[in-house]
Amino acid sequence: MRTRATTLLAAIILAGSLTGAALTVCRLDRLRAHATVEEALYVPSPKVLQRMSLGYNGLLADIYWTRVVQYFGQQHHLRSMNYKLLPPLLDITTTLDPHLLAAYEFGATFLAQKPPEGAGDPDAAVRLVERGVRENPSAWRLYYNLGFIHYFERHDDAAAADAFERGSRVPGAYPWMKVMAAQMSQHAGNLQTARWLWSSLYQTTENDEIRVNAAKHLRALQVDEEVSLLEKTTAAFHERTGHWPTNWAEMVAAGYLRGVPIDPTRKPYRLAAEGRVLVQVPEDFPFITQGLAEPSKPARSDSK
Amino acid sequence: MNRISAVAANTFREAVRDRVLYNLIFFALLLVGASLLFGQISIGIQRIVLINLGLTAISIFGVVIAIFIGIGLVSKEMEKKTLYTILARPVRRWEFIVGKFGGLAWTLVVNTFFMAVGFFAALLLLAHRFERSDGYLLVAIYFIILEFVVVTGLALLFSTFSSPVLSALMALALFVIGTFAEDLRAFAAMSHGVTRVAATLAAYVVPNFASLNVISSVAHAQPIAASLIVYNSVYSLFYAAATVCGAILVFEYRNLK
Repeated sequence: MRTRATTLLAAIILAGSLTGAALTVCRLDRLRAHATVEEALYVPSPKVLQRMSLGYNGLLADIYWTRVVQYFGQQHHLRSMNYKLLPPLLDITTTLDPHLLAAYEFGATFLAQKPPEGAGDPDAAVRLVERGVRENPSAWRLYYNLGFIHYFERHDDAAAADAFERGSRVPGAYPWMKVMAAQMSQHAGNLQTARWLWSSLYQTTENDEIRVNAAKHLRALQVDEEVSLLEKTTAAFHERTGHWPTNWAEMVAAGYLRGVPIDPTRKPYRLAAEGRVLVQVPEDFPFITQGLAEPSKPARSDSK
Repeated sequence: MNRISAVAANTFREAVRDRVLYNLIFFALLLVGASLLFGQISIGIQRIVLINLGLTAISIFGVVIAIFIGIGLVSKEMEKKTLYTILARPVRRWEFIVGKFGGLAWTLVVNTFFMAVGFFAALLLLAHRFERSDGYLLVAIYFIILEFVVVTGLALLFSTFSSPVLSALMALALFVIGTFAEDLRAFAAMSHGVTRVAATLAAYVVPNFASLNVISSVAHAQPIAASLIVYNSVYSLFYAAATVCGAILVFEYRNLK
């Protein structure tokens, strides 16, 4: 009887203590927000970490790569403009495992895209991919990433053409790498070139995340193009009638449009003052440069 | 030969009775849990993680078993006085040592075999098919077994003259130092005079575990040179033979009264 009472008491105390510990940890997490990410850099030296891994550096690199993804996801979710831990975390990851291609491919995208979509550091992204190319000369996709960054983020057409050309010489590279190099040299800055680049990435990638990202960029290009055309149409309306249209019905009645224009998410575009055209939910199109209440810096796709 | 195999079989049986193979359950849970988790929270590395984690777990589990069972191979028999019963029979001391070594090595091979089966099953589940480069994974597993053989030899050697705690510490320390063997040789090449001689000597005495670890390479489907397989096999054979002979020498002259 006494044994049963002791068992019951011990079980209750065990459950109570575990619950108490879990609740305390929740409180601690609130007190020390982001502490775990900061702690990851208490050992900032990749070389030291490499030694500490006792030869199991592959697994440690995977863990650090997961830290990169988590850190990027967290900052991205917070719409942060600061990604200061991204370069050192990527440096650690690629030093621990220089052949982890995902770290170069995705890491460069994380670094290159403008805040809050990324760290806005295309030069660091180029350095990362160049390092990846040095370590993995047969990985032609890295040249493709390099060309993308030079073209879209650094607006360096010659460097982009060179990257595609170098990549096309790697055995096993897709034949369209050569075409891309030629396209860069002749028609860089063209909206069609941008669309072609993203479409080819969308169609050829084996990775779902990259495909989703390419689809977002393609939608953004579509919106940019549609908004530009619609704004030209409202300007034409203004020129003919002497006043700006106040709603789409006016434009339809005047024969400028066949119906209310809708964006790729099937939501109607908004008509603002002075014929400006805006998207309803800018968050649906993270990479657009047109159709925003506050115009963003011109993107590659419409800069020329 | 019969006497050696009898000691080895008994060592294997004892390890099984000690529930050593229970680690297989932890291994399976770790593999399934971690590959699912990494698939959810990371990008583009699910297969690489499975390979890295699977092979690292096989290696670490085995090294821990080799050290913690190896250190008790002789001292436990002495403590429980069962050693005297064995040696009272027509079993020579060297046969006892070789049998113990063989028994633990066999335990680790069996353990690794089951882990490898689980590992390949998880890989098949994830990728739905095997690739030609997956053959290199077998080479990595073979190198891990060679690593176990060397660690078992070291643990057995320490077990013949030291207490279990001290033996564990020494074996663990040598395992850690052995992973830096290549750095140690590089350090020796850079130093001068007595330091150079001492560092060179140390670099060649400590086991070279660095060349036995090819997990990162096979995770990226990089081929393993046939020469590396041959040299690693020969090296491990020599080193394990040296440790077992060392253990025999110590044990032969040890006063068991």
